[in-house]
Amino acid sequence: MDVLTDNFSLYGKGFLGTLELTVYASVLALLLGFVMASFRVAPVGALRVIGTVWVTVLRNTPLTLLFFAVLLGLPRFGLVLPFQLFAVIALGCYTSAFICEALRAGINTVPTGQGEAARSLGMTFGQTLGNVVLPQAFRSVIPPVGSTLIALAKNSAIAGAFSVTELLGTYKTLNELGYSIIWSFIWIAVGYLIITLAISALFTFMEKRWGVAR
Amino acid sequence: MTHSAPSATALYDIPGPATRKRHLAYGVASTAVILALIAWLLYLLFDTGQFTAQKWNPFTYKGIQELLLRGLGNTLKAFAYAAVLSLALGAVLAVGRLSVHRPVRWVSTLLVEFFRAMPVLVMIFFIFVALKVQPLPALVAGLTLYNGSVLAEVFRTGINSVERGQREAAYALGMRKTQVTTHVLAPQAVRAMLPTIISQLVVALKDTSLGYLITYEEFLHAGKLIASNLDYDLPFIPVVMVISPIYIGMCMLLSWFATWMARRQRRNPKAEAAAVTAAGPGTLMPGGPR
Repeated sequence: MDVLTDNFSLYGKGFLGTLELTVYASVLALLLGFVMASFRVAPVGALRVIGTVWVTVLRNTPLTLLFFAVLLGLPRFGLVLPFQLFAVIALGCYTSAFICEALRAGINTVPTGQGEAARSLGMTFGQTLGNVVLPQAFRSVIPPVGSTLIALAKNSAIAGAFSVTELLGTYKTLNELGYSIIWSFIWIAVGYLIITLAISALFTFMEKRWGVAR
Repeated sequence: MTHSAPSATALYDIPGPATRKRHLAYGVASTAVILALIAWLLYLLFDTGQFTAQKWNPFTYKGIQELLLRGLGNTLKAFAYAAVLSLALGAVLAVGRLSVHRPVRWVSTLLVEFFRAMPVLVMIFFIFVALKVQPLPALVAGLTLYNGSVLAEVFRTGINSVERGQREAAYALGMRKTQVTTHVLAPQAVRAMLPTIISQLVVALKDTSLGYLITYEEFLHAGKLIASNLDYDLPFIPVVMVISPIYIGMCMLLSWFATWMARRQRRNPKAEAAAVTAAGPGTLMPGGPR
């Protein structure tokens, strides 16, 4: 227990670091995932190829390798940014592939007849998409997007090992200060549980509110 | 490019001739943008001298090749251990979750939910740092705990998705619960689960690279050793260019195998009864959406 009370600010900093990383990377992943999903369902073949390549490559890349390439590789390329920004880029791009697949599956669950009906009412493409297809797709993608974002929060631990300030990284300092390792890890675990449970609760709430009963 | 009509979607009609011409123009434009990006990237690579002989020479040395091969071997070794052990742990935990004894069910549920909620790396670090275990067993143990609990859920849903009549018929024949599970339910469930199991093994394969962070001498670790060698002028980018295709290729092969399996299953009327959805990369808490 002492470990937590004595080093509350250290844990707080790590916790906030993980939280920040998760939020920024989530925003990037959702944006990129949305763009790639729209590429993958687009009528233009070239865009579909771009989306497919993006998803296939990133889904099959070990995240550690991606961090290695982005955090340690890009600087050699002449691109120097703060480590946290690099971590957000790596995490966001990686997760966007999974978000894209969830969104695409969601769009595909909307029956073709819905779009046909919308068009036969004279709706434009934008109206069909915004008023008919996306609202229905959104409702069915809440659970998969939720579990993808939980995975993102957990994956942010890897950033700590690449010396970005975040929760897992606190163990190093505590270890040097001579605190019980087991207890420092228990509090780190609690920190991650709080974050993943919070995301899970948020998405369960959204699912109850807007989800589709099937 | 756009000649093959895309499959029916709610988003747009099958395009007519004028629209097809417009789409072709979009296609050409986006291809041009991508090509320009690639060209710029190549220019950057040349500009920062990534293609100099000094940076690529090391890969012709026998010692370096052996180092990389040894790393690759260690990666595959960790993967093999983790795969076998997680399948075993998954089976045990699934049986526990399906048990008729309430305490057994509670304990396995707790274990499954806890290990799925923890970042794998935290578990690996805990085993490595706090329990002072060697890198390989620490990596394998961490991967096993995580993937085993995910697989337990896959097994459980797979068993539960077998048609109820099968179970009822088996019980009516006087079989015991164990017999029903092993002789009737499991063989049918495995068929439906196989693609999902293989996809989970891809996750395990990708996560073996976490061993790099606890100084396990796997593929990425070998790459790092070469990349940080001053004698070769720090060939960082070349190393990434050599090891990424191998990593991605291995995972893609396994992913394709899973997809191929799934497609074959879909054609198989026997497997129609049970379709197991992919166990997402994350975790769903108790009471969460299923």
